[in-house]
Amino acid sequence: MNPPLARSALKPLEPRRRRRDWWMPYTFVAPFAVLFALFFVLPIAYALWQSLFKLTRNGLGLEAPKLVFQGVGNYLEVFQDPKFYAGLGNILTYAVIQVPLMLALALLLALLIDALTSRLAGFFRLSFFAPYAVPGIIGAMLWGFLYNPQFSPLVKGLAGLGLHSDLLAPGGVLLAMVNITVWQYTGYNMLVLYGGLQAVPKDLYESAAIDGASALEVARFIKIPILMPTLILTAIFSSIGTLQLFNEPVLLRQLSSAVSSYFSPNLYAYSTAFGDNNYNYAAALSVVLALATFALSFGFLWLVRRYSGV
Amino acid sequence: MNFIKSVPVLALLTAFAAYFLLPLLWLAISSTKSLGDLFSTPGLGFGEWKLWSNLSQLFAQDHGIFARWLFNTFAYAGVGAVGSTLISTAAGYALSKFHFTGKHGFFNTVLAGVLVPGTALVLPLYLLISAWGLANTYWSVLLPSLVSPFGVYLARIYSDASVPDELLDAARIDGSSEWRTFFAISLPILRPALLTMFLFAFVGIWNNFFLPLVMLSDQKLFPVTVGLQSWSVSTSEGNQQVLIALIVTGAFVSILPLLIGFSFLQRYWQGGLIVGSVKG
Repeated sequence: MNPPLARSALKPLEPRRRRRDWWMPYTFVAPFAVLFALFFVLPIAYALWQSLFKLTRNGLGLEAPKLVFQGVGNYLEVFQDPKFYAGLGNILTYAVIQVPLMLALALLLALLIDALTSRLAGFFRLSFFAPYAVPGIIGAMLWGFLYNPQFSPLVKGLAGLGLHSDLLAPGGVLLAMVNITVWQYTGYNMLVLYGGLQAVPKDLYESAAIDGASALEVARFIKIPILMPTLILTAIFSSIGTLQLFNEPVLLRQLSSAVSSYFSPNLYAYSTAFGDNNYNYAAALSVVLALATFALSFGFLWLVRRYSGV
Repeated sequence: MNFIKSVPVLALLTAFAAYFLLPLLWLAISSTKSLGDLFSTPGLGFGEWKLWSNLSQLFAQDHGIFARWLFNTFAYAGVGAVGSTLISTAAGYALSKFHFTGKHGFFNTVLAGVLVPGTALVLPLYLLISAWGLANTYWSVLLPSLVSPFGVYLARIYSDASVPDELLDAARIDGSSEWRTFFAISLPILRPALLTMFLFAFVGIWNNFFLPLVMLSDQKLFPVTVGLQSWSVSTSEGNQQVLIALIVTGAFVSILPLLIGFSFLQRYWQGGLIVGSVKG
């Protein structure tokens, strides 16, 4: 696998140009590498540094507040902060409902569409994918209107059926958010899975048909196993995405008192920075969140690589 | 599949299509209604046709700020997507076609970047960018949007798959410099891939909300997502009920460009998603 140690930058060895061109590949990589360092790596390092300080006022508040070095003080506070754990609890519950629901639906739709003739399949693909064209916050706004009892056809329609649902009540907001995300991202995941199905060699189906397999059996024993690696990856990416929950609580907060300013960790960090102007504590919160995201992603990938060889 | 068997499948698919499309239809219908009709007429039925007056009010509100927001969104997404596509392509192409010291470390860093969603970085970015005095400028949204590890990853896969090494060797023998070969030979071959990457980046920036929300405080710099949200906040504070009709119309207008783009460019989406599905 490893390429032979070559001095030349060019793939096939070409002795004449060896020394002169060693720097050439770096000119291709440099623009990305510089921007990546400045706007991806450095912010984390800077937030880490900022998180080690605390703005303290003296007793009377007459002097300007001073930045005092705290060491890991902010982190100790984060790990004892009930608001942080409340947010964590919310996104975990949210993830446990949202990810399986969305992927099951995406898988079902991909399998159903795969069984159709091409023209209808095209129409359904586009309809399921359409909500992905709606920016997240606009989608949340749209559903916010639809949850609003004053003019929502949804609430009125359900009331007509004798169902008085209030998705903006404390027990309902989490489901209200799950619905918004499922609506927006199922189509995207459906297309990813559908793409995976297109790669299945057709003779596999032919031999299954000769053996007398039903459509359900083909789905169960051929299609789903083939899609397994893709499903695992989409599950990982969706789980990482749920950690970032922000748009939906920001919007539903305007409509429902059941959504607190610390409903999700991201929202908590945001409110701490811009509501309380406590940038140092917000830095600590966002470093914890970024590192947790990072650790989870790598943990997942490591597990998957180890046990299924994806 | 014969006709009788496909009836339940079609019924199920139609039900789901309704779930995905009806909210959009509701938005489209609602944008034609007056504020009063929004509350008093059935959601999926038409009231008095007020689309034109809604539109003219929308574009007149706050001295035409909505047009400015749309322009900003196009600018952030257009410039950011062109920039990030070129930058990512050059880096991914280098990973595919050259050997250099640190290549494996670089690729692993890119992969790590793919796994960390942009939202996790928003607050740290804000702290850094405001320390540099760049907060509340176009740059504060544009520069972070140029970094796309996923783009580098896609570019590497596409270059592996579609640019033959033999062709590059032939160009070298003819004395072409690597950059000239890149622009004159490799980029044209990669054109469909570039369009896919451009679309991904464009939609990503177009839909972004958290980053501009945090970075910008001047209304004139807002993209349409942050702008509409700021109207929505003022209605929820109770005093600006009139804005509701404008928000509905504005939301409808703001999703039209991507909806139309999606329908026309479907095959490029498919291509990108299929490659995306084999990563890892």
